[in-house]
Amino acid sequence: MSGMIISGKTGDWEIVCGLEIHCQIISKSKIFSGASTQYGADVNENVSFVDAGMPGMLPTLNEECVRQAVKTGLGLNAKINKYSEFSRKNYFYADLPQGYQITQFEHPLVGEGFVKIDLEDGSSKDIRIERIHIEQDAGKSIHDISPTKTFIDLNRAGVGLMEIVTKPDFRSPEEAGAFLRKLRSIVRYLGTCDGNMEEGSMRCDASISVRPVGSSELRPRAEVKNVNSIRFAMQAIENEAKRQVEAYDNGETIAQQTRQFDQTTGKTKFLRLKEFSDDYRYFPEPDLPPLVFDDEYINNIKSDMVELPDAKRERFVKELGLTPYDAAVLCETRETAEWFERAAKGHDAKKVANWMMGDFFAMLNEKKISLEESPITPENLGRLVDLVTTNVINGKTAKDVFALMAQSGESPDKIVEEKGLKQVTDSGAIEKVIDDVIAANPNNAAAYRAGKTALMGWFVGQVMKQSQGKANPAMVNQLLAKKLG
Amino acid sequence: MAVDAETVKKIAALSKLSLEEDKVAAVEDEFNKILGWIEQLKEVDTQNVKALISVNEGNLRTRADEVTEGNIADEILANAPAKEYGYFAVPKVVE
Amino acid sequence: MTDLTKLTIAEAEQGLKTKAFSAPELTQAYLDKMAACRKLNAFVCETPETALAQAEASQNKINRGEGGELEGIPLGIKDLFCTKGIPTTACSNILKGFVPPYESTVTSRLLAAGASFVGKLNMDEFAMGGSNETSAFGPVINPWSKDVPLVSGGSSGGSAAAVAAEMCAGATGTDTGGSIRQPAAYCGVTGIKPTYGRCSRYGIIAFASSLDQAGPIAKDARDCALMLKVMAGYDAKDSTSAQMPVPDFEKCIGADIKGLKIGVPQEFRADGLDSEVAAYWDKAAAMLKARGAEIVDISLPHTKYALATYYIIAPAEASSNLARYDGLRYGNRVDGRHLEDMYVNSRTAGFGKEVKRRIMIGTYVLSAGYYDAYYVKAQKVRRLIRDDFAKAFEQCDVILTPTAPTAAFPIGDQSMLKNPITMWLNDIFTVSVSLAGLPAMSLPIGLNAAGLPLGMQLIGRAFDEETVFKAAAALEKEAGFRGGK
Repeated sequence: MSGMIISGKTGDWEIVCGLEIHCQIISKSKIFSGASTQYGADVNENVSFVDAGMPGMLPTLNEECVRQAVKTGLGLNAKINKYSEFSRKNYFYADLPQGYQITQFEHPLVGEGFVKIDLEDGSSKDIRIERIHIEQDAGKSIHDISPTKTFIDLNRAGVGLMEIVTKPDFRSPEEAGAFLRKLRSIVRYLGTCDGNMEEGSMRCDASISVRPVGSSELRPRAEVKNVNSIRFAMQAIENEAKRQVEAYDNGETIAQQTRQFDQTTGKTKFLRLKEFSDDYRYFPEPDLPPLVFDDEYINNIKSDMVELPDAKRERFVKELGLTPYDAAVLCETRETAEWFERAAKGHDAKKVANWMMGDFFAMLNEKKISLEESPITPENLGRLVDLVTTNVINGKTAKDVFALMAQSGESPDKIVEEKGLKQVTDSGAIEKVIDDVIAANPNNAAAYRAGKTALMGWFVGQVMKQSQGKANPAMVNQLLAKKLG
Repeated sequence: MAVDAETVKKIAALSKLSLEEDKVAAVEDEFNKILGWIEQLKEVDTQNVKALISVNEGNLRTRADEVTEGNIADEILANAPAKEYGYFAVPKVVE
Repeated sequence: MTDLTKLTIAEAEQGLKTKAFSAPELTQAYLDKMAACRKLNAFVCETPETALAQAEASQNKINRGEGGELEGIPLGIKDLFCTKGIPTTACSNILKGFVPPYESTVTSRLLAAGASFVGKLNMDEFAMGGSNETSAFGPVINPWSKDVPLVSGGSSGGSAAAVAAEMCAGATGTDTGGSIRQPAAYCGVTGIKPTYGRCSRYGIIAFASSLDQAGPIAKDARDCALMLKVMAGYDAKDSTSAQMPVPDFEKCIGADIKGLKIGVPQEFRADGLDSEVAAYWDKAAAMLKARGAEIVDISLPHTKYALATYYIIAPAEASSNLARYDGLRYGNRVDGRHLEDMYVNSRTAGFGKEVKRRIMIGTYVLSAGYYDAYYVKAQKVRRLIRDDFAKAFEQCDVILTPTAPTAAFPIGDQSMLKNPITMWLNDIFTVSVSLAGLPAMSLPIGLNAAGLPLGMQLIGRAFDEETVFKAAAALEKEAGFRGGK
């Protein structure tokens, strides 16, 4: 059960929440012009005459933006509409140069789908997707340079967006959080959006209402705009729902309204009521004929799709024998999963996973570096696991070799060779060490023989120490038992 | 569908045009004349007719994803009534 | 030397080729005429230096035996076309001082073909009007005016008057509901609105995107053919531009029309058609018959709804297209305390009465609650109108109608100024063709009793301008009316 129940004076209430997520599409050029989408350019340098809404300028559609949205739709198990239309959404704003946004309204590119989310209690739930449409982003208004003026930078104007709209399926902040994490992971796997909420390339609006538990009504909702992290989204949902319950408890009504999330208090602030200024006068964009394609186009994109996190996770458990937990952690990002697959290829996958989840991630953390910056290559980690499973080195030595690999980036074979760390498996050599140890400690040997078998561990330690850790521990155990027995 | 003064004012506001109070009645009157004339379309049976949104009914062509424009901030700003530090400048936006 | 401005483009090209006169001489002749006829108010911006420099360059090319299809031909450009470095205002105060940093596709093609531009031509503000009286620069006076100044028609009133008064060899126009054909008829010159999609709209200031088309206005059908061949063609920058080969329209001039089926729509006879216009219509049909064509009665039952349909669709699109004129990035700004004030002040001061009227009607028909009743309804009727034409063209090859119900009327006609619908009725014969996206030409057929020219309209199938040219050239020859006043 992942639903959140809010107990108010008037009874128990549940949350009804839907999300709209704007994802910046990864493409070289803008959705309707040939200007660059590169982040961080000088003011108004990534702007074409089309983006600036100059008189007589016309939009032309970037094929990559369509492709990326179709890919995302397929990733969200959604229906791809072979016929879609662009529409104009008319409103005046300083950073909206045309006086309208080109978007999709009646006929979006992608229809209904679903995303499976995993919850902390181990259960899962399908969140239904209502639609995905593609549209252009607005520019940026900068209010804090001058006290009397607003400055406009149009570099972002016209960057392609996918707007992903869910059904009102969320019953708790936790579900919304799990969904956003899952969605981010999927778009990152697909390479269709970089998913960075803090930088604004993924932005979330939440529509929130509450209703008495057991009721199926839909009450007026508050739309909370532009929440820029998953944590904030969860906070916003919880606090807004509680606010509404409190209002109903006090006998107030809730009007359809737009609210803003305040990062400092974690609460939502009233912005405006839904009113006639929200009359966007949508109509089909006369500058762009309908977008039509065939099954072959969709199939081409399908055949080009990467394996998505859910499928990968399942495969890691079923075919590679990983625990569900390990598989989930390793599949969280495509980079980690692919790194793991390279490391595990031809080696003991479970052991590789253990190494990654343990020493390897610890090493990245300690060095504060990313996966790509790791001095240890996936192939070398796999090789290290091999050296242990084939008894070339023992587990303890492997830890030391790993530390050296992290320092130098050398291959484990080279380190073992150069430092002479190969484990001793020659029984004659081990027996000689054992004989020396027994001869040097007659009292302990006698005590053992007299029944103090707990001393075995001490003897093993002594032998390993004498062999500088290189003796094969299993052989040491076996031979000691024989000699002392 | 007759239009009242309130609607006329709303439409002017949506159009970002100011309409002096003493002109509202005249505009309302004219609006109703025009809309009354347009009403003739009601005679036409369009029950099974699909809306025509693109006269040649062609399909949309797409463009390759290449950067072909940009780095012309000077030209973008050349006609701006006010600009500062490379930005377009406007009076403060009040929410 | 004869009066060079009397020559058609075809004749002038011959003269330039045979060195009967030079390109600068030809241009100078037109510039002199332009200066002499300033009182007609046809030009809103004169560019004699540019024109002469272009003519010099053309002469050099001609001397080298090179040159394009319109090398050295002086043209006038409607102020709706963006011309790089030359002020472009759409004859609106809101675009006061706007100098485009880019060139429209149509004018680029004309320049590439060697034409020179003598100046920008007056028009109704944003092409909204049928008499050129909505221009911020004041009305154009029809060169055929006697004691009372008459309108030139609109919106391409400057273009038609300038060609009629021989101030340029040809001119560009645009036609949304009759804006090329109606002024051509009023001024006794020839103009063609090609099929929607024939000429790129890139760089043409938009009025109603689904209807706007560029076309030439010139002294006769052959000159129109010469100009249209250069102006037309696919342009990737306009997603509504057609990927169709451009035929050599000039080849149609003088072609045999024996057996050609000429449709005459009976519905057009109603609505208080001027008796002289009706008589010329019959005469025109008889002339075509005399050259071997067959006259067929056709029916266009929905055309009577064309005007009402047009006055929903065109204002709706215009209300959105004109949202970009907000005083922010270009044009005239009237400051205010805050942004909202600036928008309202700039737009209220910048737009004229007719433009405001249409913006408001367009805003209304798109607004919530009215969209289906007006806009969607209009789009459905638009389909019926288009289908009417398709059915008619099963019976005929080209349709003959008058261009306008009357000859040019006096400037400041009170009945028209008081009731916009009376003014709009002048487009009754042209608007249905625009809604259907078909090619149509207006050519002068003769003078009425008051000595004013009347025009006939020839409508063709989509992308069949060739048949229109064939029929027009035949009718032109039979009528024996030579354009120019």
